[in-house]
Parts: sequence; structure tokens; C-alpha cells
Amino acid sequence: MARIAGVDLPKNKRMEIALTYIYGIGRAKARTILEQASISYDTKTDALLDEQIAAIRNIIDKEQKVEGDLRREIAMSVKRLMDIGSYRGLRHRKGLPVRGQRTGTNARTRKGPRRAVGGRKKK
Amino acid sequence: MARSLKKGPYIEEKLLKKVRNAEATGNRAVIKTWSRRSTVVPELVGFTFAVHNGKKFIPVYVTEDMVGHKLGEFAPTRTFFSHAGDKKTRVKK
Repeated sequence: MARIAGVDLPKNKRMEIALTYIYGIGRAKARTILEQASISYDTKTDALLDEQIAAIRNIIDKEQKVEGDLRREIAMSVKRLMDIGSYRGLRHRKGLPVRGQRTGTNARTRKGPRRAVGGRKKK
Repeated sequence: MARSLKKGPYIEEKLLKKVRNAEATGNRAVIKTWSRRSTVVPELVGFTFAVHNGKKFIPVYVTEDMVGHKLGEFAPTRTFFSHAGDKKTRVKK
């Protein structure tokens, strides 16, 4: 079983998919990494050789920002927006969409589950 | 789409002139401006601008972090509305 970038150890999946279990790596990055390490997309995690694992680990360590580091970077950028008092920062603070989407309806990803408004519904 | 790098950041000439003037005379007074569309360039750091929001002038003290943003981003044009006793919208300040 492979352990790459700290905590992630998906199993019995094609490497192309398995790598996407790491925060900060999607299909595209997974493919570039595998290409650099010259490993087939279709290798299963279990079937990886130790040196292949090492190679992947190496590439990720050197070239990608993943997991904690990435999360920290994102949090820092958001914090910066909030600290300078920009419009985008205000939207982050209020938990509303940042990029100009409508909020009259939808926007549930940012706003979270609907909160019922009391005092409605009477026969 | 982002602006072409070839052109450099957009900033209203008049505003830049005002800033240079103030810099030369050492006058650090608030600079009134309607030019919300101007990019904050490093020269503006340390000045206070009164940015028009359509109704009032909002004082904006420019810090280094703001470089690259537009002045308008710091002067909200809309009044934020929320219902009384609406808890969720008032999260961490």
C-alpha cells in the first residue's frame, strides 16, 4: 500500500484515479505526474513498485503544492482579501458567493442548507 | 478575461498626477477620487483616498497588500441587507 504526501493511501484503483485522492491533485495533474515518472495510468496502486512510489513522491514533493500546504495557502489568500477590506473579502466574511453570482435564489453552496423563515404557513 | 500584461496596469492619469504632486509637496492629505476603476499601483501605498461609492466618499487607506486591486473594491456600492436577528449572516467579524 502506498502512502504519498502524508496521509493518502487509496487502494486497488488505477493510479490516474488514485492520485486524485490527494488534495490538490486532479486528473490532469495525476497524468502529468505519472508521465514524468513514466508509469502507466493503468497501474493499480497495489502493483506499484517501491521505486515507482518513491519517484511519484519525489515529483510531488518537488513540484506540487498539496494537502496542508495548499490548504494553508488558500486560507492565507482568503484572509488577505478579508484583511484589506476588499469586496471579495467582505463576501467571504458573509459566506456569500464571491464572484458576482445571484443570491436571490440558488447560491446554496456558499450559503449552506436553507434556513426556514418563521411566521409563515397559516390556514 | 484578465488585462493584457503588455499594457500594464490601468490607472487614471489624473489620479496618478495628483498622487505625484502630493508626493512632491509632501502633502499627505486625503485624495478625493471618483476613479474606482484605477488599479492600486505601488506608488499609491501610504496614501488615503476618498473613493466615491456613488453616494459618499469612503476613506480608504492604501496598504501594500492592496496593490493589484482596484480602488473600487474597497468602497462598497450596495447597502448590505439582512433581517433582524439573522444569526448566520453575522459570523466572525
